Amino acid sequence: MKSLRFIVPLALFGILVFFLWRGLRLDPHEVPSPLIDKPAPRFALARLDDAGAKIGRDDMLGKVWLLNVWASWCVACREEHATLLAFAQTRAVPIIGLNYKDTRADGLAWLNQFGNPYTASAFDANGRVGIDFGVYGVPETFVIDKQGVIRFKQIGPLTPEAIETRIQPLLRKLNG
Amino acid sequence: MIPELGQIALLLALAVACIQGTLPLVGAARGRADWMALARPAAQTHFVLVAVAFICLTSAFVRNDFSVVYVATNSNSALPLAYRVAGVWGGHEGSLLLWLMMLSVWMLAVAQFSRYLPQAVLARILAVMGLVSVGFLLFMLTTSNPFDRLFPVPPDGNDLNPLLQDPGMVVHPPMLYMGYVGFSVAFAFAVAALIGGNLDATWARWTRPWTTAAWAFLTVGIMLGSMWAYYVLGWGGWWFWDPVENASFMPWLAGTALIHSLAVTEKRGAFKSWTVLLAIVAFSLSLLGTFLVRSGVLSSVHAFATDPRRGLFILAFLAVVIGGSLVLYAWRAPKVGLGSRFGLLSRETLLLANNVLFVVAMLSVLLGTLYPLLLDALGMGKISVGPPYFDTVFLPLMVPVVFLLGIGPLARWKNAELPDLAKRLRWAAVAAVVVALATGWIAGRITFGATLGFLMAFWIVAAVATDLWERVRPAGAMRTSVVARLRLLPRATVGMMLAHLGVAAFAFGVSMVRTYEIERDVKMAVGDSTELAGYVFNFGGMSEVVGPNYDAVQARVDVTRNGSPVVTMRPEKRIYRVQRNPMTEAAIDPGPTRDLYVSLGEPVDEGRAWIVRVYFKPFVDWIWGGCLLMALGGALAASDRRYRAKQRQEREAGSTAGATA
Repeated sequence: MKSLRFIVPLALFGILVFFLWRGLRLDPHEVPSPLIDKPAPRFALARLDDAGAKIGRDDMLGKVWLLNVWASWCVACREEHATLLAFAQTRAVPIIGLNYKDTRADGLAWLNQFGNPYTASAFDANGRVGIDFGVYGVPETFVIDKQGVIRFKQIGPLTPEAIETRIQPLLRKLNG
Repeated sequence: MIPELGQIALLLALAVACIQGTLPLVGAARGRADWMALARPAAQTHFVLVAVAFICLTSAFVRNDFSVVYVATNSNSALPLAYRVAGVWGGHEGSLLLWLMMLSVWMLAVAQFSRYLPQAVLARILAVMGLVSVGFLLFMLTTSNPFDRLFPVPPDGNDLNPLLQDPGMVVHPPMLYMGYVGFSVAFAFAVAALIGGNLDATWARWTRPWTTAAWAFLTVGIMLGSMWAYYVLGWGGWWFWDPVENASFMPWLAGTALIHSLAVTEKRGAFKSWTVLLAIVAFSLSLLGTFLVRSGVLSSVHAFATDPRRGLFILAFLAVVIGGSLVLYAWRAPKVGLGSRFGLLSRETLLLANNVLFVVAMLSVLLGTLYPLLLDALGMGKISVGPPYFDTVFLPLMVPVVFLLGIGPLARWKNAELPDLAKRLRWAAVAAVVVALATGWIAGRITFGATLGFLMAFWIVAAVATDLWERVRPAGAMRTSVVARLRLLPRATVGMMLAHLGVAAFAFGVSMVRTYEIERDVKMAVGDSTELAGYVFNFGGMSEVVGPNYDAVQARVDVTRNGSPVVTMRPEKRIYRVQRNPMTEAAIDPGPTRDLYVSLGEPVDEGRAWIVRVYFKPFVDWIWGGCLLMALGGALAASDRRYRAKQRQEREAGSTAGATA
């Protein structure tokens, strides 16, 4: 019986391999099906730059818009930032930022330093709204249509390629 | 031609590794000396072949041979030479070649410096390393060939990722991989011992210098990575708990536990099966790190290519190498025995507690890194784990580690007395409390976090000082002078003290920066100035700079203190021409007691003014200085002459034993 404990590391490793194998088939950048074509979770949060003003899903009804989840502590957000800034300059649709599990000072300083592509940013300090949206790895980007329904989700940094091949065609379709 | 030469060298290396991984192993089992004797020349040949492949790829980079896909995607004719060389390991395929290069360097080192080992042991060790190399060579040749050609040949390359164009990135990966791969030596020693069934104090003594050396390299590698993040990512942080950082940190934690438990195994013969397990775990985590980084299962700034075939291959490789060694462990370790007994309070117990804490810390980092993946695989939704989790879990684990670190070296093996320890360390404890509070008072603000950090730092310093004094104090009949006794201290002891002081310097630096750092965002036009911790930053205006492969705007910020000039800082914003990425190049004025750090934000008021971020970071360089001390301590301990002296004895004993056999 005593020698059974020497099998424990092997058993633990077996479990780990199983999960890693499952993980290989899950693409962290892939669209998870449950949220697509469902109404976006309703939220109303204080704005990052103005604690007194609120912004929420219902303010955006009637418009096609992008929700981009970001944080100052997120290294990958820096990677996508240039892409996002360039996209914002095309003024195709409003981009609402969801500043996720961050502090107001850090978030604002980050925007000051690297540039602000957002029409406005909602301040989600405890990450409650992020959880409603099923945020997995910051950054994430959602395309939400005029009825407030999620039509597309990108997990991980936006790339110029993703914008060109997936987001822009979708926006053209949604905007008629 | 030259890339094809590299390709052939890799194929030949695979053939050699296959021989190295099989014949000596079989020879050791059957007692055939001629087969075992193949191990050393095979390791040497393997090294030469991999080195040839490495030089071929480097030459393709230096000569801007864009007919090689890997060069075309990671280099550019305007890229400066140093970065063209570093470009060799700037992407996936080349990183693997670097990994393999390091493996063959370690193999060569084992082959050269372990002649004293019994032939069967050396044959098994080199065979195990040869098998690891077979796996990596197969991986490269089937899924990630760095020598693939590209037709038609593009006129110019796609350039190296601008984030990687930094002096730190030239040396960081080689150091890190030296450490990562160095654990393969400890792993091979452990597996060889499990196969041979000769797991004893001698085994631990053979393993120790190799493990400590690998650990020192890994320490330097992580330190350089952290410095790179500080310099390049542009907002003054030095550790982000990014999955890839964690991937290098987990083997470090396991390796730290391993070098401590090896000490117990060598000195007291205890913890044998535990030590072997740690040696397997440390290298397994290096492999796991490779898997996490290279397979794309986790989102990270470092995650390069994501090719499902690659992920599957590494996973299968992991399963074979780690699973195989753990099967071997489950089968052979029960026969190893537990070693000698020890009292409830003894140096053994304290080191065991150290081990448990390090392993728990390692597991908590592992859990945090893999948690999003686990939940996702179970279909339980998607979550993200960030620095808040790691800070909450990790810091409380490090407090008892540091407390034990002070006591451990003073406790006796086998059995220690609590009243005796308390008496010897009471002045150290008093001194630590007083100095910690005094430091907070001088710094101007006493906070709980900072006081705890200072307490940790000064507790280590005071305990090391106590330890040193007890060792060199003139006592009893031996009235030798303190200086003479200092000279007699073994290098291993000095190395240990140095590494422990490194932890103190690290803790001090972290506490200082976390508590007393000052940062300010200001809008500055020409002539504006701002004041921070007594330094006045004067904005002297912008100029344009043309770099070799980027265009930049550069600000001039003159810093004065009490009216006298301190330094002129030139932060930049660069646009790299090929990939069009904007990069913030911070200007840093480092110093022993503080760094000044200036980075540029965005232009405002139609370019008449800029948002400028200014930091005052007290003692931030102590964080890396502490790491350097730890690595230096490791290097000293690994070079202790005791290992070499005993090796000589054993060689002589081995040759006589061989003669009688």
